[in-house]
Amino acid sequence: MSQTATPDTPALAAAGWSKRAGLLLGALVVVALVGLFAGARYGMMLAIGLGFGIALEGMRFGFAGPWRAMILRREPSGVIAQLLSIAVVAVVAIPLLASHPGELVGAQAPVGFAMIGGAFVFGACMQIVLGCGSGTLVNAGSGNPVSLLALPFFALGSFAGAWNLIWWTDLGALPIITFGGTSGLLITLVLIALAVGLFLWRAAPGAVKLSRRHAIAALVLAALAIGNLVVAGQPWGVVYGLGLWAAKGFSALGGDLSASAFWAAPGSMERVQASVLTDYTSLTDIGIILGAFGVAAWRRGALSAALPGYPARAWVATVVAGFLLGYSSRLAFGCNVGAFFSGISTGSLHGWVWFVAAFGGAFYGIKLRPILGLEART
Amino acid sequence: MTRAFTASLALAFVVLLVGFDLASAELNPYQAPAAFALGSGAVASGGFCGALPN
Repeated sequence: MSQTATPDTPALAAAGWSKRAGLLLGALVVVALVGLFAGARYGMMLAIGLGFGIALEGMRFGFAGPWRAMILRREPSGVIAQLLSIAVVAVVAIPLLASHPGELVGAQAPVGFAMIGGAFVFGACMQIVLGCGSGTLVNAGSGNPVSLLALPFFALGSFAGAWNLIWWTDLGALPIITFGGTSGLLITLVLIALAVGLFLWRAAPGAVKLSRRHAIAALVLAALAIGNLVVAGQPWGVVYGLGLWAAKGFSALGGDLSASAFWAAPGSMERVQASVLTDYTSLTDIGIILGAFGVAAWRRGALSAALPGYPARAWVATVVAGFLLGYSSRLAFGCNVGAFFSGISTGSLHGWVWFVAAFGGAFYGIKLRPILGLEART
Repeated sequence: MTRAFTASLALAFVVLLVGFDLASAELNPYQAPAAFALGSGAVASGGFCGALPN
């Protein structure tokens, strides 16, 4: 439906600018308060999270959508941008990890049966709800009702998946295999180049190879991810923070975390008792929601759009898929951010295995989405 | 109903989360780590989805 553009009146323009000034001021105040009362590092992590949210929502960039575009329409731009971003981070992160062992850690995890199965399920579910780890946060913040409903179940799933993680990894896993140092960086870049070549080969004739918007988003995301590593000492992640929120809720309701090998571990217990404002992934997760909200509020008319209608089965599917997103991403040692983006960019083999398994799952998720009623009624 | 309603719910979720958290856990900026992990000399110790329990 076409709309006729109407010129701004001075009063409308002034109201718009005052709202935007309020959003900027609000963001600065929140970051300053966290920096002041929790510590400078935590304030910076919230600022980085805000940056992720603003970049992802502001440039309409993500992970689930580009995979869908590649699979359905053979448009490679978004996937190639993801790989470009990962490559830029790898060029900085892998040497830094080699020169600052201990101070900095990578997203390095073992490849195993549960890890592969978890990635496959995650890939399917992220296409069902059309939101991955970061995408669910971004979409919830910008008012997408499907992601908003999926988010709490994502958190519960992450908590439950961590609860059972040791049982799942005991099914069989390789030692952690990493590509470190100069040779590791070269291997990573060659693998990325091969993946880019594969997507270009499969691209539809005439499809845009890498759009300007995607390229800029990739570089901004890479800069933020490097900032995440330098400030926090660990790469960008999403899922741990969500599970931690559920663990705190479980504990507050009188639940006994000591029954879980994961949550009873000293490091986990310490984080459950500490403030989420001192947990890096919680801070970036909160920042992503707030950043996406800020962009949606900034954009004229974005929040006045009517909510789409879905049948009941779509809401049930959202709850189940949300839970599975959280559960499977713990078994897979991360989501599209912690395993795919940060795993590959810090030289972990599991990031590559995650990519292949999740991309395979995405084909099934795309088929299931309309069956489950998640293509919105118009 | 518009997206303003659902976006506001997301914002409320964050406010409730942080409010509940601040009621149950104290902040102490004087025990905060160095601003940057890189160059701090301290071992990274944050929770991460790729890490096994420690």
